[in-house]
Amino acid sequence: MDVETATSLGVWGLPLAIVGGMLRVSPPFLFVSLGECVTEKAGRVNLGLEGNLVMGAMVGYGLSYLTGSAWLGVLAAAFVGALLGALHGWLCGRPRVNDIAVGIALMLLGVGLAFFLGKGLIQPTAPRLPSFSLGFWSGRPQVVSALTIDLLFLIGVGLAPLLGWAFNHTRYGLVLRVVGESADAARAMGYDVNRVRLWATVFGGALAGVGGSFLSLYYPGSWNEGLSSGQGLMAVALVIFARWDPVRCLYASLLFGGASALGPALQSVGFTSGYYLFNAAPYALTLIIMVWSNSADKTSAEMPAELSIMR
Amino acid sequence: MDDTSAKPGWREPVLAVADAVVVPVAALLVSILIFGVFIGLTGNSPIAVYAEMYRGAFGTWFSFQNTLLRAAPLMLAGLCTALPARLGLIIIGGEGAIVMGGVAAATVGVSVSNASPPVVIACMMLAGALAGGFWIGLAGALRVYRGVNETISSLLLAYLGIALLNHLVEGPLKDPESLNKPSTRHIGEANMLGDLPGLDVHYGLLFGIVACIGCWLLMEQSVFGFSGRIVGGNARAARLSGLRVPRLVILTCVLAGACAGTAGMVEVAAIHGKANASLITGYGYTGILVAFLARHHALAVVFVAVLLGGIGASGGLLQRTFDLPDATVLVLQGILFVVLLVSESFRSKLNVSRFLKVRG
Repeated sequence: MDVETATSLGVWGLPLAIVGGMLRVSPPFLFVSLGECVTEKAGRVNLGLEGNLVMGAMVGYGLSYLTGSAWLGVLAAAFVGALLGALHGWLCGRPRVNDIAVGIALMLLGVGLAFFLGKGLIQPTAPRLPSFSLGFWSGRPQVVSALTIDLLFLIGVGLAPLLGWAFNHTRYGLVLRVVGESADAARAMGYDVNRVRLWATVFGGALAGVGGSFLSLYYPGSWNEGLSSGQGLMAVALVIFARWDPVRCLYASLLFGGASALGPALQSVGFTSGYYLFNAAPYALTLIIMVWSNSADKTSAEMPAELSIMR
Repeated sequence: MDDTSAKPGWREPVLAVADAVVVPVAALLVSILIFGVFIGLTGNSPIAVYAEMYRGAFGTWFSFQNTLLRAAPLMLAGLCTALPARLGLIIIGGEGAIVMGGVAAATVGVSVSNASPPVVIACMMLAGALAGGFWIGLAGALRVYRGVNETISSLLLAYLGIALLNHLVEGPLKDPESLNKPSTRHIGEANMLGDLPGLDVHYGLLFGIVACIGCWLLMEQSVFGFSGRIVGGNARAARLSGLRVPRLVILTCVLAGACAGTAGMVEVAAIHGKANASLITGYGYTGILVAFLARHHALAVVFVAVLLGGIGASGGLLQRTFDLPDATVLVLQGILFVVLLVSESFRSKLNVSRFLKVRG
């Protein structure tokens, strides 16, 4: 939204810009955090999802440009994300390999590969994902455009409760949780702990790839090297805040999306001083939330016991 | 366990060093192989690319000095990850400490620019070290007192530091004359950090080497370092044996951040003369790899920083000669990092002393 349309709405301009921004910015947070939630439920941390996000964005954009289908782009992004997840899962399954360090390495590798391979994609324009507006009831075009959402986001919104249900009511979900709570118990029950964790990381990586494709195929809707600035990493912190509950991941993603939309929204109503600081709101929010929701001597009951992130 | 450990002598330390060197070198060779295949897939000759990289990094006196210029901040950034790692903390936010160190150094440098140059440099160094130390110390304190994961918090702090830099140089600290690239005021040509005698390399290299030696003495030869390594081995045992774990962790993080902050100060005092977005170099991220490749050993950081500085220095040449993207260096670094971590799991098979024992 530009300055004129926002100010013409009076006091409603700012909240509308924030809500509109939230609907556009939160989906990558949502997909990455849901993916990380699954991985962490199995007792492993993948800090490298930032790499999946950027690789997903690049590959999704490239495939969409080459084939003319944005959905094929999303699929390709999921595939590449799954591959990176598989690499993470395999590396962590080896003896004496630290999952945090592997995550950092794959973050650097994924981002480097995406920048390398995506050099030629900065110019061309790829087809974008379809969208529709929740603002159909309003006669004001600026409301209609602010409340536009895309189908992929809706899929993510549906996926959150589905995953929450699957954790508690399906065989796969229960096995995942056993592995995350006690590797020894899972082994005693005859499950291959490393294999379960590998698949959980593959699944999580694929979702993070989908989140990346959203960045390049819907909002901001192009490929460049500044596309992601830590969303993949913030989403990992978000899972801790959401206490490993997919539905709470959804709420937290919306909160983070809103925080990310704050800077641009203020700018749209003509408030430009401190632009960089407002744009840094999600980082500050993440940090504050981590300080607030953690504590040095007690760990949360909801936390998978095998998780190394809080040691 | 066996006879070699019972007989103290020259063999043990030599074998220990060999053990520490063989695995990273093997990882380096495997990475070179994988990256070569990658380069081959892009239609270039890997051998030509490697020859050019060697030429751009170490081949001539000029390029070697360029490599050393990059190695200096990498040593300091590497220490930022390596020191806390000895205590079992993985800090990856060195970039934030570099940026904050640079801003603080520039601000102080401008405000005391009328003093004699050595005083200006000393003040800038103190400011840079304090600002960087505060930034990483914060991550350490959050870890100790609130159980916040230091890996995530340090990276978030890096993003916040970069935002703060942009805010300050475009707002409160902006020199009205810097139109194209918003910057702070210049600290004055007379106050700039000069070159080492006989070299085209500034004093930052000396700072880096001295810092690495100092940190090596501290971590390997002092009670402080010994206590820290106990914390890294088993935090619970350290606590039970009466060590003041919170103090050790925070002090180490402050020291680590001070090193990275000094890197930012060097960038300002020796190269830019002012703080601006040029401080966001990525040295902080490469520093993570430096630390891991050096196995968090402060003296090894010196050599690994020169190696990675060379790889970075050759990036521009690759771009010009082969039309490869500037991210080529990032790909090589990423491959190197992943292979290094895999190599750790083969460590027992690559063990030199075991190899020798089997033979004899």
